[in-house]
Amino acid sequence: MSFTTKDVVLKEDRPKSLLLQKHSDYLASYGLNKDDYEYCMTEYLRMSGIYWSLTAMELMDQSSRMPKEEIIEFIKSCQDSESGGISASINHDPHMLYTLSAVQVLAMYDRLDAIDVEGVVRFVASMQQEDGSFYGDKWGEVDTRFSFCAVMCLSLLHRMEDINVNKAVDFVLSCMNFDGGFGSKPGSESHAGLIYCCVGTLSICKRMDALHADELAWWLCERQLPSGGLNGRPEKLPDLCYSWWVMSSLSMLNRIHWVDKKSLEQFILACQDAETGGFSDRPGDITDPFHTLFGLAGLSLLGNTSIKAVNPTYCMPQETIDKLKLEPQILHI
Amino acid sequence: MSDCSDHDPNWVPYKERPEWNDVTPIPENDGPNPVVVIAHSEKFEDVYGYFRSVLQRNEKSKRALHLTKDAVELNPANYTVWQYRRDILKTLNTNLQSEFAYVESVIKQSPKNYQVWHHRRVLVEWLQDASLELELTKDALEQDPKNYHAWQHRQWVIKTFGLYSQEMEFVDILITEDVRNNSAWNQRYFVLNNHLGWSDLNVQKEICYTLEKIKFVKNNESAWNYLRGILLHDKRGLCGNAVVSSFCEDLYKNKCRSPYLLAFIIDMCDEAIKKDETNCLYNPERAIELCEALASKYDKIRTKYWNYLLERFRKCRGEQIINSNGLMDEIE
Ligand SMILES: [Zn+2]
Repeated sequence: MSFTTKDVVLKEDRPKSLLLQKHSDYLASYGLNKDDYEYCMTEYLRMSGIYWSLTAMELMDQSSRMPKEEIIEFIKSCQDSESGGISASINHDPHMLYTLSAVQVLAMYDRLDAIDVEGVVRFVASMQQEDGSFYGDKWGEVDTRFSFCAVMCLSLLHRMEDINVNKAVDFVLSCMNFDGGFGSKPGSESHAGLIYCCVGTLSICKRMDALHADELAWWLCERQLPSGGLNGRPEKLPDLCYSWWVMSSLSMLNRIHWVDKKSLEQFILACQDAETGGFSDRPGDITDPFHTLFGLAGLSLLGNTSIKAVNPTYCMPQETIDKLKLEPQILHI
Repeated sequence: MSDCSDHDPNWVPYKERPEWNDVTPIPENDGPNPVVVIAHSEKFEDVYGYFRSVLQRNEKSKRALHLTKDAVELNPANYTVWQYRRDILKTLNTNLQSEFAYVESVIKQSPKNYQVWHHRRVLVEWLQDASLELELTKDALEQDPKNYHAWQHRQWVIKTFGLYSQEMEFVDILITEDVRNNSAWNQRYFVLNNHLGWSDLNVQKEICYTLEKIKFVKNNESAWNYLRGILLHDKRGLCGNAVVSSFCEDLYKNKCRSPYLLAFIIDMCDEAIKKDETNCLYNPERAIELCEALASKYDKIRTKYWNYLLERFRKCRGEQIINSNGLMDEIE
């Protein structure tokens, strides 16, 4: 049994400044290199890949490097005319996760007219269950992630009235644990990623008052390790994407200043790859668009002014959220 | 994930298999460049070319079922493949016992994959047979005691099929192996909350169990959180339980300065203030002193949090002083 904290040590020769140009080049050419192993795998989550890359590019004010019209055409061809849902890729099955990614991308492009909005609303609403929870697809997996997908998606479309919001909130609250955190279902262990989903749902539904804010925020702060990075559960290694989930949750709780910003910033910068560009989960690992988005978004929340402001609830540029006149709730301290 | 540049010498590509020569593979539609350009291995292209074709023809056959196996092996996270596999299983009315064994082998290879566990759950639901699930999840948790998917599946079968009887024993083994295993502590709470119930006897038993574990490793976030969790079910609250408060005071006297102990004493002070039951042990002054110690010495990384609490306690001390002055005025 180990009695030492699980953590990483930041090396002296780590990247210490933000390599914006590298990241933009990295995302612009991602996948062009035929040796990219991870590219064998991405068809099934391509729609999310587009969301991660485009959002990251938007935050760097480089989205013109993305093939806008092709992306919009692609999204159109991924909508299932029968259910109305959107799939990860052409001929795949529609799913909440990819329906949300598609709506987020179109919202950033201000092109929500490109898809059958009624269809999306119909699909999302059809996933809600009697207890207020949401399925991810027709196979009936229930998870608080899908509650968040549903309310994020419908709020971006200004169609929240098409689901039972009170019941959706009640289900999320039934997943609150004795430590103030949230899991995927009632009784499941608290987990930073799922806390983000649940707090985000409450933020969109404007029910942040239902949280035990101090207790939850303390649990979130406890995720910070001596390296400055944050983990997702006790006794797990720090990971850049968890840093985002913890930070965005703390932002919605208006308590992000409770983490040690300086060491966290050092950790995030150390996750950059100075040669290839992009961010990885931990210093020295292989970079990918997913962690690249969360690295940039995290630095934005920490106040880095060379990156556009990110909205902590939606993980989209604040300007998009403002344009849509959305006001996700931030708790007053 | 399996390697897509796999070189199995016995592998015969689908395009060379006579039993498949009636099918024309459909190449990948690449979608917009450059985000989504895909470079696959030859094997990947071959299998998925035929898979797309089968999907389009909506062919539900034995050979299609076998094809989904190859597709899963190349990418177990592809949810469309799993969905199609279930559609075929239903149509063909296949013997699902062999499917159980098959999923188990995939779970062993990809224990952190959503789709595989979900497939397993659907099978259990179809057959209404949960007899293998505790063993299956036990094996997965032996490999990784914090595997979220395995715990979710385990909680689901226990709840759905009422399989609580051995669970406390199982949890105890895991906590004995690693006293900081937060998932195991969470499972302990799950069993109490859904099955054993919060009788006074159970609450006291759990308190003793937890204090024993804290005595063994003091700096253990999970155990201290669990202690708070069970005390939510003790009418006397955090500081009304003599066993707990004397345990904490002993640790403190013996120079234990674990941030979790200090934080717990602060919560006891907080509760005493809120209940208007402050005494020589639990009062704002002590809370302030402990917050200062944590902020400056024992938990520096969370200085901002401890300072926030500190300010809160200073305010209520101020109010207490004003209140007592007010009282003095009245007496005079
Ligand atoms: Zn990660």
